[in-house]
Amino acid sequence: MLYRTVGQFKTSYHADHALFPVKQDAWLLGFILLIAFVVLPATANEFVFNALLIPVLVYALAALGLNILTGYAGQLSLGTGAFMGVGAYACYKLVTIFPELNIVVAIALSGFFSAAVGVAFGLPSLRIKGFYLAIATLAAQFFLVWLFEKWAWLYNYNSSGAIQVPNIDMFGLTVAGPNAKAVVQYYFVLCVVCLITWFAINITRGRIGRIWKSVRDMDIAAELVGINLMKAKLSAFAVSSYIVGVAGALFVFLWRGAAEPVLFDIPLSFRVLFIVIIGGMGSILGNYLGAVLIVALPVLISFVPGALGLPVSSAMVEHLNTMIVGATIIGFLILEPHGLARLWAIIREKLVIWPFPH
Amino acid sequence: MDFLNSILVKPFADMAGAPDFLLQVLWEGLVAGVLYALIALGFVLIYKSSRIFNFAQGIMVVFAALTLVGLHEKGVPALLAVPLTLLVMFILAVVIERVVLRPLVNQPDMILFMATIGITLFLVGFGEIIFGGENKVMITEQLYIPTGSIEFEPFGGFVSIEQKDVTAVVGAILLVAGLILFLNRSKMGRAIRALGDDHQAALSVGISLSTIWVLVWFIAGVIALVTGIVWGARAGVSFALEVIAFKALPVLMLGGLESVLGAIVGGLAIGILEKLFEIYWGQPLLGGNTETWFAFVFALIVLLFRPQGLFGERIIERV
Repeated sequence: MLYRTVGQFKTSYHADHALFPVKQDAWLLGFILLIAFVVLPATANEFVFNALLIPVLVYALAALGLNILTGYAGQLSLGTGAFMGVGAYACYKLVTIFPELNIVVAIALSGFFSAAVGVAFGLPSLRIKGFYLAIATLAAQFFLVWLFEKWAWLYNYNSSGAIQVPNIDMFGLTVAGPNAKAVVQYYFVLCVVCLITWFAINITRGRIGRIWKSVRDMDIAAELVGINLMKAKLSAFAVSSYIVGVAGALFVFLWRGAAEPVLFDIPLSFRVLFIVIIGGMGSILGNYLGAVLIVALPVLISFVPGALGLPVSSAMVEHLNTMIVGATIIGFLILEPHGLARLWAIIREKLVIWPFPH
Repeated sequence: MDFLNSILVKPFADMAGAPDFLLQVLWEGLVAGVLYALIALGFVLIYKSSRIFNFAQGIMVVFAALTLVGLHEKGVPALLAVPLTLLVMFILAVVIERVVLRPLVNQPDMILFMATIGITLFLVGFGEIIFGGENKVMITEQLYIPTGSIEFEPFGGFVSIEQKDVTAVVGAILLVAGLILFLNRSKMGRAIRALGDDHQAALSVGISLSTIWVLVWFIAGVIALVTGIVWGARAGVSFALEVIAFKALPVLMLGGLESVLGAIVGGLAIGILEKLFEIYWGQPLLGGNTETWFAFVFALIVLLFRPQGLFGERIIERV
């Protein structure tokens, strides 16, 4: 009933291929944006911003980057965490070398460093495929994290070996650093995420996106119809690493405030991969759904024992958390291997034809 | 020139200058390599028979070792604890097959790989709740593993070899020999290889997929227990052991995902080379701790020349 498509006639192919062929989709998106831009900032407190809203956005952005590589271009990567690290360290160096540089410009530029590293580590994908490539990306993961630790220039030779975000102002507002307000940071991240999502939606719908998909589905066939595999794979690595790098810069500058090399180690890569898998590979929406689940689940679990009045130690909660996340992943894979995005697609289809079964 | 000298000449001069130290380094590398090979073997067995890239092999090592030590702490005699641990690993194999793998038959490789990461997380949480997160000591003496060291003096130098390392190497050789005999001679072993060659053909001649999967996961569990005992005897039993699972991945790349021989050769090669690199190049020139990435980078370079690894099946692609 809510999704009745009766009367929405298409008179051209162009209209049929529009971003929102059904009007209700556009309304729904508008409604979600309204909540994200107006309702949530007005109602959320500091804890909700820092534990839920900003992490969801940052992780969703990182997952979006990985999804372009894995879900659209079919190149499995386990090195996302390290590429986020490249973005973060590049941004840190830019901000400390050029203190008067606008933070938006610094973050946008830091993505290019990550993209360059991504392309370099993407080169083996021209020869190596499947799980061999996945393990090859682990080379990037371990090498880069080692480099973050050993190359003192990256963290300006400070004794802690960690990077500290200084206070950064933009148009008179502190957006990053210890003095920044969470709501300002939230708006900043939200704007960046919306912008990049808009860019990603359009790039994946267009010519480049179709090239990626054909490489994913069968790269030899794609090559035979005249697609330049090298260009296709490397462009996927570049775009993906760019987005992941920006997510990494946001991760440290707008959320964590400080970072040490361990932060970018393999668990981070896996967390982003979980979001992609649970959300749905080859779907933009899936990244957000997956990020909400993966970020919110631990927070919720940590509240359950307190709410039930059970005396459970924090270490126990953490272990339970790991267990439940593992079980959830298995459960989701069994119930819906194509992820939450497919689940939404099924629900939407049912809503469109409701109350009829077919 | 000075730089080239420090990369190309000095390390080899060091090696030739102190051959006893070199021997010691080679032995340490060899022992590490044997352990990498054992873990890689667990991966290969499961990959061969089911095309599942089993990420959980590393945590199975930890889990098996923790169960063994935990049972012993509860007062079970060591020699009884071993078969009990094997029983636990068998139950684990059955549960994994029933709960995780059976509903996921015929899904893409990627999904099954993710499921094994799910298993990993579950076992980490489960293991920490039951056994606690702290480091435990492997029950080396109770299992009659000798702990002394053998010392001898080649080239007028001094080399010390720990007896438990010798036990590890001998144990690994026995395990591999037994495994190869099992795979080549027994009916079940042949069924495993048949399944590895062609799923549908194997099913059509009456090989039961679920039985073989349980069997393969159980064998992987046995390998995990052996690995856990020998590695635990060297470094103690804790969840830090899980990182050695990552060490097995470049071994797999190097040796090829389907090859038992590749896992062994790759494991030994990587164990020795990463030790040599760390001692002679890593520590003097790069600030050390290069063992975290050397194996991966090395395997990556080899793979650029042989995309299927040294012993992997040739990748033939058809449209």
